[in-house]
Amino acid sequence: MLLKNLTQINGVSGNEEKVREFIKKEIENVADEIKVDKVGNLIAYKKGTASKFKLLLSAHMDEVGFIVTGHSEDGLIKFRPVGGIDQRVLPGKRVVVGDKGLKGVIGCKPIHLQEKDERDKNIKIKSMYIDIGCDKRDEAEKLAGLGEYIAFDSKFTELGSDCIKAKALDDRVGCAIIMELLKQRYEFDLYASFTVQEEIGLRGSEVVGYQINPDIAIVIEGTTCSDVPGIKEHEYSTELGKGPVITVMDRTAYADKDVVNFIYDTARKYKIDVQFKKTTTGGNDAGKIQRSRCGVKVASISVPCRYIHSPSSVMSRKDYEGCIKLMEAVLKELENNTDYTLKILNGGNCNV
Amino acid sequence: MFETIKKLAGSFGVSGSEEQIREVIKNEIDGKVDEIKVDALGNLIAVKKGSGKKIMVAAHMDEIGVMATYIDEKGFIRFSNVGWVWQYFALGQRVMFKNGTAGAVFYEQKLKEIKDLKLSNMYIDIGAKSREETEKKVKIGDTACFVGDTVLAGNMVMSKALDDRGGCAVLVKTIQEMPDTDNEIYFVFTVQEELGLRGAKTSAFGIMPDIAIAIDVTDTGDTPECELMEVKCGGGPAIKIKDRSFIAHPEVRRLIENSAKEIGIPYQFEIMEQGGTDAGAIHVTGGGVPSGVISIPCRYVHSPVEMADITDIENCVKLLRQCLKGY
Amino acid sequence: MKNMKTPDILKDLTCSIAVSGHEELLARRLKEIFMEFCEEVWIDKFYNVVGKMTASADENGYIDGRKMKVLVMAHMDEIGLMVKSIDEKGFIRITSVGGVDPKILPAHEVIIHGTRDIPGIIGAKPPHLLKPAEANKSIKIEDLAVDTGICAEELKKVVSIGDLITLDFEFTELKNGKFSAKTVDNRSGVTALIEIMKELTGIKHGADVYFVASTQEETHLTGAIISSYAIEPDVAIVIDACHGNMPDTSKEETYALGKGPAVGIGPVLDRKMSQTVINVAKDENIPYQIDVEPSDTGTEAWATQVSRAGIPTVLLSIPVRYMHTAVETVHVDDIKNTGRLAARFIARLTRNMEVI
Repeated sequence: MLLKNLTQINGVSGNEEKVREFIKKEIENVADEIKVDKVGNLIAYKKGTASKFKLLLSAHMDEVGFIVTGHSEDGLIKFRPVGGIDQRVLPGKRVVVGDKGLKGVIGCKPIHLQEKDERDKNIKIKSMYIDIGCDKRDEAEKLAGLGEYIAFDSKFTELGSDCIKAKALDDRVGCAIIMELLKQRYEFDLYASFTVQEEIGLRGSEVVGYQINPDIAIVIEGTTCSDVPGIKEHEYSTELGKGPVITVMDRTAYADKDVVNFIYDTARKYKIDVQFKKTTTGGNDAGKIQRSRCGVKVASISVPCRYIHSPSSVMSRKDYEGCIKLMEAVLKELENNTDYTLKILNGGNCNV
Repeated sequence: MFETIKKLAGSFGVSGSEEQIREVIKNEIDGKVDEIKVDALGNLIAVKKGSGKKIMVAAHMDEIGVMATYIDEKGFIRFSNVGWVWQYFALGQRVMFKNGTAGAVFYEQKLKEIKDLKLSNMYIDIGAKSREETEKKVKIGDTACFVGDTVLAGNMVMSKALDDRGGCAVLVKTIQEMPDTDNEIYFVFTVQEELGLRGAKTSAFGIMPDIAIAIDVTDTGDTPECELMEVKCGGGPAIKIKDRSFIAHPEVRRLIENSAKEIGIPYQFEIMEQGGTDAGAIHVTGGGVPSGVISIPCRYVHSPVEMADITDIENCVKLLRQCLKGY
Repeated sequence: MKNMKTPDILKDLTCSIAVSGHEELLARRLKEIFMEFCEEVWIDKFYNVVGKMTASADENGYIDGRKMKVLVMAHMDEIGLMVKSIDEKGFIRITSVGGVDPKILPAHEVIIHGTRDIPGIIGAKPPHLLKPAEANKSIKIEDLAVDTGICAEELKKVVSIGDLITLDFEFTELKNGKFSAKTVDNRSGVTALIEIMKELTGIKHGADVYFVASTQEETHLTGAIISSYAIEPDVAIVIDACHGNMPDTSKEETYALGKGPAVGIGPVLDRKMSQTVINVAKDENIPYQIDVEPSDTGTEAWATQVSRAGIPTVLLSIPVRYMHTAVETVHVDDIKNTGRLAARFIARLTRNMEVI
């Protein structure tokens, strides 16, 4: 399965090469042009049969992880997070270190040895370390030098009848969906960008927006899902199994209302369950794309993922499939309603 | 001036939903400029053609507000902020959705300590009895503005959304009596300023002006036991030195100061410790756009009872006209 | 300048005042200096000083039929204080421009740059009048005031809101090649720019090199955003200060003085090029250290990387102790070695085009 293959590859922000190579190979036969830009974004182009406007679909390749920042005398590795990671989930987890793929574990002081006041506190990343089995600094330095990337070690597994557990569902799920959509040819010019460094500040998308300058951009994401015990229903950002998510506004972007309405109407027409994101926190690549050049009409469609940014994210297969169906329908409707789409775009003239 | 402010401030235009205010402004300036356009994000751009320098003048037309994020089975609406909304200002206020639906903002009574008040334990009551009834009027993602009528209090105007319909009024008045100049002037009524100076960034990229002047409100230091700040209501337009978003370009700052001296109006210097303005986004556009700000001193910013001195606003118009002629 | 020793250049540059947003004077001085080495020098609208050194004629170095463009940038601006208000007794209330630590301010001698320069002292409530709870809390900038001994009426004739205030300092030579002054962050970097120019006059290089002494880094990276957009280079080298080693700091976040520039590694920096810098250092026997940056490096690299269609960026940092005080301390060898390393890296770039 595509998603399984994608989530098993490691691609911490800044080190997306393996993900890029995988995607590149998979889409080589369906894209008209493929390029890797100066910061490492993979951009595919598929010419339209009528080419009346440019649509960009974007998903990020990178995942959260860590980077080696030091070594102790007794061969342990000091590290810092790359991207937003909840330090509570780290103690006792398995990781893969460096390009050589060395197995390691995140260690910390066992509960028996913790002082009373330590027991009540979360362990800070600064006092954690990674053990790859080395006994001396030299050996650790040689095997996992400064600046080597570290990823979570977590298998792709089926959970229950409908769910999937894996690392990096944010945003390999988006990559997988766009790869599916690329198989078709459309009336409009289609650009697909698989971006780098989203997790450390939407870096890749900033230059993608500038380079492509699309008329409409849709970002496909794995998004937070907080329908878990202890959270009130109105604070659920999204709910698992209730279908793909439409975001109206988050911290970084305000989706174009016409585009959002178009997507929502399409979902109803095709009888696809969708939900609106109920929180306005968080952000994604749409934020940078919206603000590139003279401005771009954007929207985000997401698949809910529980325990995002941890080694064990959980996603519903139904939501994933719903998201593909929705996007297929949206692209088809965009073709069927070119006049309407062009009307949406009437203000998009760059040169005032 | 008061009538213009009243018309603009009373219109609906929460960030991201600027359709109504955009139409109102369009009607006010129709026929007074050479060209009017709306860009991809919804900025309204009015151009006075000329063969001289290209000057961009920006005032944001969006206002802060709230967005419906969840509707419970009894019809109560949970919401999120659009722009910076202080929960204590929101408490007990009336909001209005774009379709006119009125709602009361209140909080969960079980809350023991008022300091624990958060927007997430507050709700909007639109008088509906069920989810279905609410959904007929409000759907998730709809925004509402705070209600605050525009009235006169002494020489002060009190209203919601003086931030930045006050600035929009300055632009509208300037357009209605266009200064006699050869400069090409782009009056931009920007969107989504309250969400991070977004419209200003994209509109400036399209225009690439020689310089830019933003008109926005600033805090003041003239109320009881307030934070130290030299700006006072009634002290004249404030010339920005710096805020959180940028340091005013010395050339533009001098242009504004000299213009104020030339027409003999009072002015004051402004250092704002919190917040930013459109100029912050404009000045790092492309290869750089020297930018400055003429600020309207305004009390109680981001509340429904913002207050500003009418004479200050009138003087902002005079000052802007002089800047456009003098550059 | 061509014959000046490195510490003398550093001294010359640290003695200028260039608080973010007010760099005009230093820009003019730097233009003069750059003109000694560069074919073209200009000051842009935001007072960035740009010097262009054209590629050596017979060297390869073409990209898309034109010469490769390398941007080498170090910011010239410094943090400072600003007059916020003058009270009826003549005390000046202050605000900061850039990241000033209020803890270093009490009893500091300062200069207020009004229509003329006026000396002053930063005062605070005396310790015996503090409540115990207050005494343990860190001091805030709002609690401080500048005392000039001049009455309000007189003071207001020369000082107005928005005027700059800078910390008084003296350029001081310490033992073993170390120097202390204000704004060693980042006049060391600007000095390194001049060292690179010196070095490049003796080395063949295939790229057109654009040197930028940039403005407003300490506040909003303004100069970096603007100049990298305007120049549109193929590669950017950012030179800034990093923290020197000091007691009570972690070894992973500080770098030894005198052991060479720290070469940045991390997601926002180009991996292949950073490795090339390290290879050059090894081949040429130039000391270097490694600075791992998990995300934002806190330097102009944050702006250059995502300019236009993206610019592969490398970061060289000069270890500086006591950052953002008036006694910032640097080892002169680190500045020289930064110059040598960057110059040789620039020369290597066009000989080894596959790294681009």
